[in-house]
Amino acid sequence: MAILIDRTKRVLVQGITGREGTARARLMRRYGTQVVAGITPGKGGQTVEGVPVFDTVGEAWEHAGPVDVSVLFIPAPLVKSAALEAIAAGVKLLVIVPDRVPIYDVLEIVDAADRAGARFVGPNTLGVLSPGEGVLGMIGGQAASAREWFFPGPVGITSRSGGITTSLAYYLARAGVGASTLVHVGGDPVVGLPHPAIVRLFERDPATRAIVLFGEIGTSQEEQVADLVEAGEVTKPIVAYIGGKGARGGTRFSHAGAIIEGGRGTYEGKVERLRGAGVTVVDAFDDIPGAARDVLARLGVPLREETP
Amino acid sequence: MAKLHEYQSRALLEQVGIAVPRGGVAVTPDDAGRIAADIGGPVVVKAQAWVTGRAALGAIRFAEDAAGAAEAARDILGMELGRHPVEQVLVVERLAIAREFYAGVIVDDQARAPVMIFSSQGGSGIEAIAREHPDRVARHTIDIRLGLRDFEARELARRAGLSGPLLAQVGGLLPRLYDAARRFDARAAEINPLALTDDGRLVAADCRFTIDDYAVFRQPDLEIAFARELDRPPTALERVAWDVERGDYRGTFFFIQMAQGFARGEGVVGFHGAGGGGSMMSMDALGAQGLHLANFVDTSGNPPASKVYRAARIILSQPGIDGYFASGSGVASQEQYHSARALVKAFLEEPLTVPAVIRLGGNAEEQAIAILERARARIPAPVEAYGKDDSPDFCAARLRDLIARTPPADAPPAYGPRPAQDPYRFDTVTGGTVTLDHARCRDCASKICISTCAPSILSLEGDVPVLNITREEAKRGGCVECLACEIECFFEGNGGGFVHLPIAGLDAACRAQTGEATDGDPD
Repeated sequence: MAILIDRTKRVLVQGITGREGTARARLMRRYGTQVVAGITPGKGGQTVEGVPVFDTVGEAWEHAGPVDVSVLFIPAPLVKSAALEAIAAGVKLLVIVPDRVPIYDVLEIVDAADRAGARFVGPNTLGVLSPGEGVLGMIGGQAASAREWFFPGPVGITSRSGGITTSLAYYLARAGVGASTLVHVGGDPVVGLPHPAIVRLFERDPATRAIVLFGEIGTSQEEQVADLVEAGEVTKPIVAYIGGKGARGGTRFSHAGAIIEGGRGTYEGKVERLRGAGVTVVDAFDDIPGAARDVLARLGVPLREETP
Repeated sequence: MAKLHEYQSRALLEQVGIAVPRGGVAVTPDDAGRIAADIGGPVVVKAQAWVTGRAALGAIRFAEDAAGAAEAARDILGMELGRHPVEQVLVVERLAIAREFYAGVIVDDQARAPVMIFSSQGGSGIEAIAREHPDRVARHTIDIRLGLRDFEARELARRAGLSGPLLAQVGGLLPRLYDAARRFDARAAEINPLALTDDGRLVAADCRFTIDDYAVFRQPDLEIAFARELDRPPTALERVAWDVERGDYRGTFFFIQMAQGFARGEGVVGFHGAGGGGSMMSMDALGAQGLHLANFVDTSGNPPASKVYRAARIILSQPGIDGYFASGSGVASQEQYHSARALVKAFLEEPLTVPAVIRLGGNAEEQAIAILERARARIPAPVEAYGKDDSPDFCAARLRDLIARTPPADAPPAYGPRPAQDPYRFDTVTGGTVTLDHARCRDCASKICISTCAPSILSLEGDVPVLNITREEAKRGGCVECLACEIECFFEGNGGGFVHLPIAGLDAACRAQTGEATDGDPD
């Protein structure tokens, strides 16, 4: 098993006729994701990469059947409308790939998703990939490279940087360690499923035995993960690395943000909180694969999924 | 984040009916004097700068009359605050203040909602107040659908310790502050202090708005020319880069100049990162080799080749760089050959005369590396290309090594469009023009432009390539500016393809930089 995406999920691509939508629909299909329909208002009736295109999500649902996930490749100013359409039609998981979505639009999507019992990854995300199962978004870029780089195994990966998500999985794979699911939570200040939400999902996922987390300065996501570990809500071992240590001084947080967060968001603060909660925080990026191997060895877990 | 000055922020408050002190903004001492005369009484003259604690820096001055205001303005205008030269002063009536409060809206990442914060104690050091007197500070998470309702605002005031008419008064003001934040897409909107005057009015004695960078496009009235957080005014080159970013929604291009006024031989290199996390690691790798960054660039989110090309041209326009370092996360999901073509075009046109180390790891990296290696024959300066199995540290060490043993190269033969005998032209989405010289295309055996065109919009008509979509469709984005019809044609074909991609203001900024190199004064 894995989290968020596996081969049973039926997937919609909003913006499928655009530059990115077409290319990544091809990636998803070739990697094994069930892409059942595409949406571009005004272009219904076409076919892209063998996928039927509809004008609305409702129309796709009627003709192509129920949809589990929608992946959005839409120019940022139009993302809110497309996301609200998918949520209103009953889609319970969205992957919002574009960056530069206005923050109040994201807050409206958060609100609509919460009320509908839906969730979303992103915005500003490369997506989600479960090796051997499926991909949402653009992780791996092409099916051939995604297959070459990643294989199934016991580590769940969650990252605030897109390129680092794939790099982590690749360097872990090179060290012989496979992954259950790779999640790029998104680079924006407000995201649908931040680190603590993903870590909770990994905690419940039987295939995931340990978690590798790439954090960054700013926001309170890593501190919230530390809270979960301290509260005993997450018991699986976590190996973490925090980026931004060398960021030039003067990286500023607004006054009001400092009040709300109580001084949270600095590199030192995050490392201290995570270590205090018992999380393994490595100082060098290159130390991650070794630390993950050590953790798995202590658990007596095989580094990769045995092929039956 | 785009920060607004106080004089800009208070205009937004006025639009929602929140009172501000009488007065206006001045750019000269005489203006300041006239504004003070209109006010007709004691005034405050305030530097418009993004630093905190202006009073302690002498950047807020009291004056009793017009002459005093002009004198204060003369002292303040031209001050350097942080790294900002002060260009404007705000001249306002001096309020008779009975009490000071704090009111602020921020978008909170944990609540994933706007949060209103009210403190019954205001003034500077609001973080300290929150720590020392938590009973005086109250917060309320706002329902994005409903906004802040008046009864919620009154309850907020009560929890912060207010009662009676004052509670009602604050309860009337806070929803307006939220309305302003929402209407103007503010990440943060703060009034500090919110003053209660001796005659019982609530007045925003100081305020600060920070606008969401991503929403600047729908706030044209704010006239934000540069939506980037910097600790100094943007340089001419940063403005050029920002215009490239603003003019092309595909992917992200982030550019900051880190050093200016340097010369060859000082170990300052042009830096071109890809992806936030990878850029940061690659930057640290350069530092570990004793090299310095002329600039920090991140092109990420799968920008088209044209945007990467423009970024590279802007990086290369910095005089005095000793090398060019491009490195991202290492295992990118984006096809790396787009960036490779972009870099090759920039290196040929500029032309590149210093060593370059390019680490384009990930999707299709073999093709990317092959493109760069083919271009080496045409570029006299050394160019080395690496992939995902080569670390940033290794690549940075390679660059240091190349710089140490490579004398500056002579400029290579000129590269650029030759006069077309039989031009076939169409425009692109960012104001560019693709020219295919059909006179050359006829003799071309490869027709490589057709097979490598990323969106497959070229087809053979007779023996020449033409659009298989309309010119309008090409201009609306059907042509993604992948540069294959130029670069692949340069390698394989008959040299008949050229993509002209203008960069507004770059030449002027270059001239300005050359001037700056001598006096070291940005902008």
